[in-house]
Amino acid sequence: MNQTTEAAMTAAEAHNREFLVFSLGEEEYAVDILKVQEIRGYENVTRIANAPDFIKGVTNLRGVIVPIVDLRIKFHLDKVEYGGQTVVIVVNVEDRVVGIVVDGVSDVMTLSPDQIKPAPEFGVTLSSDFLSGLGSLEDRMLVIVDIDKLLTSDEMELVERVAE
Amino acid sequence: MDITDFYDTFFEEAEELLADMERYLLELDVDEPDTEELNAIFRAAHSIKGGAGTFGFDALQKTTHLFENLLDHTRKGELALRRDIVDTFLETKDMLSDQLDAYRNGGEPDQEAFERICQTLQQLALEEIGQDLDGGGAAAPKAEPVPEVAPATPPEPAKPANDGQRIVTLLNVGEKDRQLLVEELGQLGEVLSHQGDEQRYDVVLASSDSDDDIEAVMCFIIEADQFQIRPAVSGQPEEADGEPVVAGEGQRVVTLFNVGEKDRQLLVEELGQLGEVVSSQGDEARYDVVLASSVSNDDIEAVMCFIVDADQLQISKAGEVGPPAEAAKAGAAPVAAANTAKPAATPEQAAKPPVKAAADEGARTARGKPKAKGPETSSIRVSVDKVDQIINLVGELIITQSMLDQTVSDMDAVADSALLNGMSLLQRNARDLQESVMSIRMIPMDFVFSRFPRVVRETAGKLGKEIELVTEGESTELDKSLTERIIDPLTHLVRNSLDHGIEMPEDRVAAGKPRTGRLTLSAQHQGGNILIEVIDDGAGLNRDRLLAKARENGLPVSDAMSDDEVWQLIFAPGFSTAKAVTDVSGRGVGMDVVKRNIQGMGGHVEIMSKSGEGTRIRIVLPLTLAILDGMSIKVGGEMFILPLSAVLESLQPAKGDLYAMAGDDVVLKVRDEYLPVVAVHEALDVPDAKTKLTETIAVIVQGEGRRYALLVDDLVGQQQVVVKNLETNYRKVPGVSAATILGDGSVALILDITGLHRLSRAKKEVRRPERTYQSLEALTDKELETSS
Repeated sequence: MNQTTEAAMTAAEAHNREFLVFSLGEEEYAVDILKVQEIRGYENVTRIANAPDFIKGVTNLRGVIVPIVDLRIKFHLDKVEYGGQTVVIVVNVEDRVVGIVVDGVSDVMTLSPDQIKPAPEFGVTLSSDFLSGLGSLEDRMLVIVDIDKLLTSDEMELVERVAE
Repeated sequence: MDITDFYDTFFEEAEELLADMERYLLELDVDEPDTEELNAIFRAAHSIKGGAGTFGFDALQKTTHLFENLLDHTRKGELALRRDIVDTFLETKDMLSDQLDAYRNGGEPDQEAFERICQTLQQLALEEIGQDLDGGGAAAPKAEPVPEVAPATPPEPAKPANDGQRIVTLLNVGEKDRQLLVEELGQLGEVLSHQGDEQRYDVVLASSDSDDDIEAVMCFIIEADQFQIRPAVSGQPEEADGEPVVAGEGQRVVTLFNVGEKDRQLLVEELGQLGEVVSSQGDEARYDVVLASSVSNDDIEAVMCFIVDADQLQISKAGEVGPPAEAAKAGAAPVAAANTAKPAATPEQAAKPPVKAAADEGARTARGKPKAKGPETSSIRVSVDKVDQIINLVGELIITQSMLDQTVSDMDAVADSALLNGMSLLQRNARDLQESVMSIRMIPMDFVFSRFPRVVRETAGKLGKEIELVTEGESTELDKSLTERIIDPLTHLVRNSLDHGIEMPEDRVAAGKPRTGRLTLSAQHQGGNILIEVIDDGAGLNRDRLLAKARENGLPVSDAMSDDEVWQLIFAPGFSTAKAVTDVSGRGVGMDVVKRNIQGMGGHVEIMSKSGEGTRIRIVLPLTLAILDGMSIKVGGEMFILPLSAVLESLQPAKGDLYAMAGDDVVLKVRDEYLPVVAVHEALDVPDAKTKLTETIAVIVQGEGRRYALLVDDLVGQQQVVVKNLETNYRKVPGVSAATILGDGSVALILDITGLHRLSRAKKEVRRPERTYQSLEALTDKELETSS
């Protein structure tokens, strides 16, 4: 809650937003830095039975049980490997803590509003509902993910729906 | 900062006040009520009213207001208590709880119920106080039961000469109440006109009733100092007073000590709702607010008490401490007050202010002191979240400590003695810390037991039995989440004992027992468990009747069953031996629910009974849900935890004891019982698990009364684990009840015995043949054939 207000304030003050840039395969993605709690290695994940394949399981984050989602599997990337470079970005969405597995984290970028272009209609894998836009940075293109919407969506199966 | 931030504080305080109120009401000796207790009940109602008013909870405020007025009469001895009156009071208290709940959940209380309770109270007041005053021959002229149609009563001595035309002036009365009052007055006579605003509202009334009668009616809705009654002689009410009313009667200086700026603003706003804030100045250390208002000091205090403490607050007459700037105005006050003195003051009215003032004083000191020096200084209110966070952190600390312990265990005892000593010290401190932190969640059983006097009283009343309730071990502590969940099952057991256990007084006398039955509730610690017992000295369970009833219900029973087994029959679904279904119990739903609830909390129920001497029902519960005695098992490369309470035994299945059934199912013969077999690796899709049945280990488990054999690869050991919720950040997982963190920092899932069985069945139904038959084929072909 606080973070959203803070985010709004920052945006209002500076009009610029900061994003954490990470890579999935060859593509570069970005999430709002204020959603990110921490970055850690991929280790000690306990498998959960009968869960979708992109939910790798749960891990212990200083006493808190946190689910780990592999976005590479979710986005149907060809190469899914777990190595020293594999990182987990721990994000806070709607009072929940979730870890997302990515191929690597590169840097933190500041984008001004005119650098963020609206996202075009995408294919089936990643609906444009889950994107807040495309960031253009010189010759790079960042896919800005609306992590709140993505992780709480039905297809991620992370959140129990009341109807169930 | 917003006023809604104080809602929670109010709700919690109000809840405590209501609990106190109920306790006092139950303790009340109807024949010789203790004044202190009556005062306490009155104060509770009054405080709730104050808060309700502040936060705009109208229904709650009105109900408490009526209630308070009645209580006021009671403590002044004008209303003689009777059992049924106390019952009405208790009912009112329940209604207040309901209203409070409604507001707490952001809704509005049930309007019908609200009107009904108001009517009940009004009715009671009109009947009881009318009678009482008549009979007692009070010095003052009398408020009669308010007649529907004004009767031609002879004029009372104090009645104004003017033929019944009066002006009733209402001060600071909200619109709803005004309407209500005008309606009420309309029943007394004819309302000729009414006009004004919230601060001052004049109603011209033609009625032959005395001022006292009018006052009596109004008193149920507003305070005595919120209205004046004068004869309409001059016909110019406006000129008669106006300004001074407010200025004179209520100008007070409210002094705040050590109150921060935000709170000050809030308070000034609040005070503005009570009357007019003439001036406010000062700093944090001392802040004076001059307030013109006709509400009593007590009300002002009640409102403010939800924001500041009683000792941060001082209320004085404007003249006494008024700052220089206000001196002139304050000086004028007494004069103005004299101007507005009620012309029709009767002896009773004249006597009232001092009485009320004294009462207010009493209420203030009594409420103010315990607040300042009582429980608040020795305890603090902390949200459960914070406590849970500390428990989490301590759990982490323990895990880290045991990791370190493993690392240093192979060190040289001589060379690294300093480090090893430090480690053992750390271990001790960490355990102590864990114990202390766990104790924060513990609350005494008194929290549970204290609601039973009411239950027993009402149930006994309904059944026409005489019952004495004895509680033992109220200070025994139990985890808060468990105390909340034990209330329902316990209430059920108590009702059951009252209904079926304890006999009617006549039967008891005939059996040579004391007329009054005795029900004992006791709690005690035993190891890591708490024993809660419900003991009655009634007729005891009847073995023959239970067996007969069980046969009737088609349950498998035999005369050879032990007493224990027979007693457990009462927990079978749909089982009741009550001869008649009463509204207290006897429908046969319930006891099985009780058992399920208690098992859900990780406990169990034992029954001891002796015919003619009574029954003892014992609930055994773990002290906390945060820690679980678990058995770690291994399947494939994964570790799981089974709740130890569900594990009966474990064994290595022999070829000859395994039987295939209907293709896919396998049963295991253990002694004379055939148990369904559930393989953990199948239910939870664990890779690389042992698939040869005779190589696995069968753990016989019991969940919700069903036994089955759980196939696992290995038993690792027993250990206490800290239970972590999976749903906090994820969702419910079928077959898994929670998770825990092992010594190496990894997460292990705690299996849900009942859920696992369900999951395995569901999977078998949808399973693809080629995947699953492998292990079973191995069994059918090799094991079974060789064994037969």
